[in-house]
Amino acid sequence: MHPIFSEFRRLAMYLVVWLFIGLLLAYLLTVSHDISPRDALVLALPLCLFYSFLCLSAWYSCRGRLPDKFTMGRLLATHITTGFFAAIIWTFAAAGLAHGLSKTTMFAGLSQRFRPEIPLIFCTGILLYLLSVAFYYIVISFEASRDAEARVMKASVLARDAELKALKAQVNPHFLFNSLNSISALTSSDPAKAREMCILLGDFLRRTLGLGEKAAIPLDEELSLIRAFLAVEKVRFGARIQMEEDIDQDALSVPVPPLLLQPLVENAVVHGIANLVEGGYIRLGIHTRDGIVSIDVANSFDPDAPAKRRSGVGLANVRQRLQTRYGNLASFAVKTEGDCFRVALTLPAEVEVQPA
Amino acid sequence: MTMNITSETPKKIRAVLVDDEQLARQVLREFVAAHADMEIVAECSNGFEAVKAVTEQKPDLIFLDVQMPKLDGFEVLELIGRETAVVFVTAYDNYAIKAFEVHAVDYLLKPFSSDRFDAALTRAKQRLSGAATQKTPAAADLAASARPPAQYLDRIAVREGSQVSIIPVAKLDYAEAQDDYVALASAGKKHLKQQTISNLETSLDPARFMRIHRSYIVNLERVAKVEPYGKDTHVAVLSTGVQIPVSRAGYARLKTFLDR
Repeated sequence: MHPIFSEFRRLAMYLVVWLFIGLLLAYLLTVSHDISPRDALVLALPLCLFYSFLCLSAWYSCRGRLPDKFTMGRLLATHITTGFFAAIIWTFAAAGLAHGLSKTTMFAGLSQRFRPEIPLIFCTGILLYLLSVAFYYIVISFEASRDAEARVMKASVLARDAELKALKAQVNPHFLFNSLNSISALTSSDPAKAREMCILLGDFLRRTLGLGEKAAIPLDEELSLIRAFLAVEKVRFGARIQMEEDIDQDALSVPVPPLLLQPLVENAVVHGIANLVEGGYIRLGIHTRDGIVSIDVANSFDPDAPAKRRSGVGLANVRQRLQTRYGNLASFAVKTEGDCFRVALTLPAEVEVQPA
Repeated sequence: MTMNITSETPKKIRAVLVDDEQLARQVLREFVAAHADMEIVAECSNGFEAVKAVTEQKPDLIFLDVQMPKLDGFEVLELIGRETAVVFVTAYDNYAIKAFEVHAVDYLLKPFSSDRFDAALTRAKQRLSGAATQKTPAAADLAASARPPAQYLDRIAVREGSQVSIIPVAKLDYAEAQDDYVALASAGKKHLKQQTISNLETSLDPARFMRIHRSYIVNLERVAKVEPYGKDTHVAVLSTGVQIPVSRAGYARLKTFLDR
């Protein structure tokens, strides 16, 4: 499709521009010789209307000869040649029009008076054609850059999707190896407990499977996942973990991104409980008010604990995923008060989970 | 009966188990029990206990977890010196494993088999009997290479007797080299630690600490002013009033920092 015809607005703009060119040409015709403004207008306007359509053909010639595929010399040669022929057609049309008009009484003798203007018409013809060529090259490069921009945007969206997938599907290998070690310990001392731990671990892993595919799960499901995780960790840490929950029932059906809270609870264990000889608490509070869900994960920790390795990754991950899904509608804050570490987040209570 | 001093009965290898998880210690205990020539002299569930037990019991061998409350495995290692053979026991840690491969007697990745445990024990015994000629690397080297790149210490553990103190680097005023030790000045006290000053320098954040003299590292936040002292030497005056000599090279470095 020719770009000028793709939208009515463009065609109108195009004709308006050529109207101005026609007025300009009429003025040029009146300057030097004895053509009256009325005669000039009657000649120039129809001529420019005709030429505006002739110059549309420059588009096809430009599209077929992109600057990156041809040398400058060849491009110039092609377009100047084409322009030359277009200008000849235009000049003949002009002469024909003047000849035709001079047959009427109103414009008698116009053909004679017009003759000295023929070189002017011819040169303007070439220039206007080359101007059209330049215009179409600008259009082409503009569209190419817009395409490129769209492609870059699309690529970044795809990359973010891929990143999210990678972020979702993470079960900490540390957790897995330590749990296996606990099972190894229990097999000789307490085989029944070892079996129980295998089942708990299996239960947790099964729940995490396939979560990466889902955009959201009900909060209830995320809580089951957390409880399964803590059940495993309680075998390792024994009485060192105290879990306290305070959860509004009407929050349970709210959809949330999968594995949104589990990393926070895992952090509480790895960076909190694991560094406390006597253990500590994890408090999970979930409350809804005015369509907003507030989630609060607090845990005790040792402010003088050994330097943490790999810290902050889980938190950054959660923050980023909240931001991606909810934008400004969600908030995320981390606070340290004495020996209490607290992550507070809010998100909009969306009504329904889309079927997976 | 008198004791036969030249008895052929081999001396038992005295081991300390360090892990904060009871079940993890249980595995070690079980595997050690299969060896009649071994004896567990202490079980510890955190770094402080480990340092205390090692100082008091002087064991031959430690099985040491890396991630623990109070002090991590590397800090424990730095504090107990080099006489004891150490086998690290850990679940998973990219950087640490690289460090073990280079420096440690051996390391066990949880979960491990009794065969793997026995192999580690054999290597440790070779080390103890002096059969292995490989020299034991400085504990601080091991700790430094186990840190992820571009991560600096945020605290320093120091042992005095069986007592352990923790100095957050923010509270360290300056460090002074004293033969094989560094004296760490913090909150009006000086703590001695067996470490070279160059080694300490590499583990401190260069944006916060600067080596201003062959024997001194200073906390840049504490520097109140720099004054000329004699012919082309200077002293740095800390906010605590202490004066620290500045070498010519150190002055050039300090000046580019202060001009910034």
